[in-house]
Amino acid sequence: MAEKNFMGIPASDGIAVGKVFCYIPVKLDVPVCAAGTVNEEMARFLEARDRARIELQGLYDIIEKRAGKAEASIFEAHQEMLSDPALAGKVQEYVEIGQTAEQALVKATEELASMLASMDEEIFAARALDVKDVGRRILRIMLGLPDTALAAVVETSIIVADDLTPSDTASLDPKLTLGFITAQGGLTSHSAILARTLGLPAIVGMGEDLLANVSNGTFIVMDGRTGTMIVDPETETVNQYQQVKAQRELHLQVLKAAAEKDAHTANGRRVEVAANIGEVSSAHDAVEHGAEGIGLLRTEFLYLEDTQPPSEEKQYKIYREIFEVMGTRPVIVRTLDIGGDKPPYYMPFPEEMNPFLGWRAIRISLDEPDMFKVQLRAILRAAVGHQVRIMFPMVSDLDELRRARAIVEEVKRDLTLALVEFATDVPVGIMVETPAAAMLVDILAEASDFFSLGTNDLTQYTMAVDRGNAKVSGLFQPLHPAVLRLIRQTIVSAHSKEKWVGMCGELAGMAKAIPILLGFGLDEFSMSARAIPEAKDLIGKLTDEKAREIAEHAMSLGTAAEIENYMKEILASL
Amino acid sequence: MIEATIPVKHKVGLHARPASLFVQTAAKFSSNIKVKNLTMNGNFVDAKSIIMVLTLGVMKDHEVVIQTDGVDADAALDALRALINNNFGEP
Repeated sequence: MAEKNFMGIPASDGIAVGKVFCYIPVKLDVPVCAAGTVNEEMARFLEARDRARIELQGLYDIIEKRAGKAEASIFEAHQEMLSDPALAGKVQEYVEIGQTAEQALVKATEELASMLASMDEEIFAARALDVKDVGRRILRIMLGLPDTALAAVVETSIIVADDLTPSDTASLDPKLTLGFITAQGGLTSHSAILARTLGLPAIVGMGEDLLANVSNGTFIVMDGRTGTMIVDPETETVNQYQQVKAQRELHLQVLKAAAEKDAHTANGRRVEVAANIGEVSSAHDAVEHGAEGIGLLRTEFLYLEDTQPPSEEKQYKIYREIFEVMGTRPVIVRTLDIGGDKPPYYMPFPEEMNPFLGWRAIRISLDEPDMFKVQLRAILRAAVGHQVRIMFPMVSDLDELRRARAIVEEVKRDLTLALVEFATDVPVGIMVETPAAAMLVDILAEASDFFSLGTNDLTQYTMAVDRGNAKVSGLFQPLHPAVLRLIRQTIVSAHSKEKWVGMCGELAGMAKAIPILLGFGLDEFSMSARAIPEAKDLIGKLTDEKAREIAEHAMSLGTAAEIENYMKEILASL
Repeated sequence: MIEATIPVKHKVGLHARPASLFVQTAAKFSSNIKVKNLTMNGNFVDAKSIIMVLTLGVMKDHEVVIQTDGVDADAALDALRALINNNFGEP
């Protein structure tokens, strides 16, 4: 059999060789046949329901072990729906009028789900999906089909799917996953970002060819650098790729060993290279990859995983754990950054025409000061003995910043009066992710001890483009001259006020951007841990003078494409 | 059969954890227990069904009517009333 090549969009670097696991949510057809007696049909339903309960308990246990109670709690909710007397009651009604258990289950599930789906309040309507999911699980068992969800992957595989939702990827075991390939999706889709975080190769946007040419167990080679997938590769091809893979891993190990040293430019200017993290376990990963600090600790995970906001004690414990892993290295904690696109269970959100321009991040914290204070107390208490900084997301105005700082001062007073120990010397800064903030850095410097550029949002707001919308996502260009001008202005203005500037967006870890940012004088680069060794290596190859020349030339170019091409030439020449 | 009208003060209403606790508490009793959302003027539903309780759409400050009927009707009504009045065990 001749090998066949297919091309997609390279989304995460790396090579994988292995068997495919096709994740296809199968369409379940209900067989048309005569029903047995009411007792026989109900017995089949109840037996399948019992087996579904065992499956859900199994999923709960697996996810609890891998990701914690909160991540697993969705399967607890599914177990409750499974045992719901209304579900069994409706199935019984339909069986009694002569339908099979399968037909009755489909009708009962649809009826209950549509009652929820028709509700005005989004948080209730959204539960319709859970009812459907539970109904589908019972039906699948009645039809004698295996669980093909990603949690069912049992041997190391390359995951192939039309698309992967966040909940799909949540049920995936990173140890058993060699890489992802999806037919749909773009560079910023959830699965692509996850793959880069986990250091797994990924190809997205492969198109319809993908599912037409592979099936479960198909042997393939994938190259996440080029976006190539080779189906049924020749032995020679496999050997070639294995060799490249081995060389690459060796190279990375060498870089990783070198990354233990602090980063300096070729002329010896100290530049801080830090990691972005969003949970406790990735703090270890950050240290292992040579992070000199945490440039962005996302705290959303604490708020989205439970049915109530996290208590001060819970937050204190988790922050403390992360600060202790980092020792004396600085950690920047970003206060809650959520919005209507991903609301927590317990916060009724108004329906918004445009959640990205709506009630989110610091705007919520200022409106919900009690919740905000709980977070600030936990951070300030946990910071004792460590180098911790607090950062507010999505500030667009000096008044907002002053109000947020006033709340920090209020919390400090409360803690002092209550004789609770806390860190008194915690610097407070902001993310620069709205064009407004970038334009106002000299003004905001009055109340901000430092600045950190969030390039994903800054690009989105500057270019007025929703990167999730495939029709316009081509305009999402972080190297666009407009975005680079805002970045340069931010750094220059902050330096004129003697404040330092970091960057915690994806751009900070991209080889094609690092020379330009260095040339602008960026003080801190914060990225996903795995990108650190190569970033440090690149920074060490450049003098400040050379970087300034590169930045200056890049700024003379008119389009993102011209800048990208220029940077390709530069990187090839280093 | 006895009944009581109680305002729900919890900030998510009868959703997520409060809804689960409400249904779990109702399921401990053998009585028939029904609940309706007085504020939205809907029908009574089975208080032991999580799906039906969710369909009531009870939000913060809505009033619910709980009806219990059976040998442990008093105890059931007391337990559900206490659960709601104690804000589902949250401060």
